Amino acid sequence: MHNPLRSEADAFKWVVVIGIAAASVIALTLLTRPVIGVIWAALLIGFGVGFGYRAARGSLPRDVELTKGGDGKFRLLVVANETVQGEALLNEIRDRCHDRRSEVMVVTPALAASRASHWASDIDEAIELARQRMELSLIEIQQLGLKAKGEIGDSDPNTAIEDALRVFPADEIVISTHPPDRSRWLEHGVVDKARERIDLPITHVVVDLTSRRAML
Amino acid sequence: MESATAALGHDAHEEHHGPPEANQSSRIDRQTLGILLFIVSEVMLFGAFFASYFFLRVVVDPPSWPPHPYELPVAVAGINTAILVSSSFTIHYALESIRRGNRTGLKLGLVLTWMLGMTFLFIQVNEYVHLGFSARDLGFGSIFYSLTGLHGAHVFVGLCLLSFATIRAFRGHFGPEEKDHLGVEVPGIYWHFVDVMWIVVYTTVYIL
Repeated sequence: MHNPLRSEADAFKWVVVIGIAAASVIALTLLTRPVIGVIWAALLIGFGVGFGYRAARGSLPRDVELTKGGDGKFRLLVVANETVQGEALLNEIRDRCHDRRSEVMVVTPALAASRASHWASDIDEAIELARQRMELSLIEIQQLGLKAKGEIGDSDPNTAIEDALRVFPADEIVISTHPPDRSRWLEHGVVDKARERIDLPITHVVVDLTSRRAML
Repeated sequence: MESATAALGHDAHEEHHGPPEANQSSRIDRQTLGILLFIVSEVMLFGAFFASYFFLRVVVDPPSWPPHPYELPVAVAGINTAILVSSSFTIHYALESIRRGNRTGLKLGLVLTWMLGMTFLFIQVNEYVHLGFSARDLGFGSIFYSLTGLHGAHVFVGLCLLSFATIRAFRGHFGPEEKDHLGVEVPGIYWHFVDVMWIVVYTTVYIL
């Protein structure tokens, strides 16, 4: 669902529609009896609520606002949560930033344990866990010889990316997920949505932590 | 949003001073979101007054509304309604003008809106003077003055916001970019809300 009232132009349309509806109620009441006007008003209110509900359904297409860098430095935005320390991801970061002035920003979405926790804003533990993972990943990227900074992002990875792009003028984005059979992000189309909305090169890296742990 | 920074060699730590930056997760700019949330709270406030109005209207004995011998000036209030509704068109014209870069249209639209709002308020005060009953006359008087007075207070606040916007417009503020005319957009949304509320108040109190 989206908000059907997002600007003055939307509000003006509502004024016109409500004004016309009220005019019809007033005319009917003055021409007949108040009870007829009340019934007509109730019908219009019901119709209006239904129309408003239909108008609010679905998401609006949108482009993500990008910040411009302009200082010649290559900036890589890395989005990862549990997979943030995966070998494949670190290799990808190394390859991208090899031999050039670069800066990496790691965004780690704070994923709530459950939908109930999300709605109740009970995400302190999720933020803490995300922070720990992010700090470890920053150390690993630091060991590659790269400058890096990190942020805990929104629990919705796409929103976290959009938030980060407003303050970090990325040239490329790397999204790291679990393999398709275990990734909730892939199930929710995080990578596809990001490619749809963001006009930047996006690389998807699959990190299989299970096989890595098995090897260790 | 929590953040941390790590750097190597001569690239020292990027230090952040002051309070943490505000979360920017919202997909609507914060001023517009703020006025929309404020309007939601205002709808609740008006809802409480309307609940009282309908309660009094249902329990009134004998069941005639307005109670004898009171009468409401339906025609004058109708003209006042037309004045206020037309001010929605003028504020919309002001915004459409600045979106196209027409500063004269912006100023003209804002001044006209302000004048129409002021006229509405003047006629309402004049109506109060000539009504022939006060807020102390039965529940009817209390709820009539409460509802219309509450709305009048909102018109007054809207006029204050429009005054700021108009002064800024004459000082050369605002531009065609979305972010450059939020100072008109936000009062515009509020003004439309005030108009819609009056349409509801007029239809409910004066007509039905």
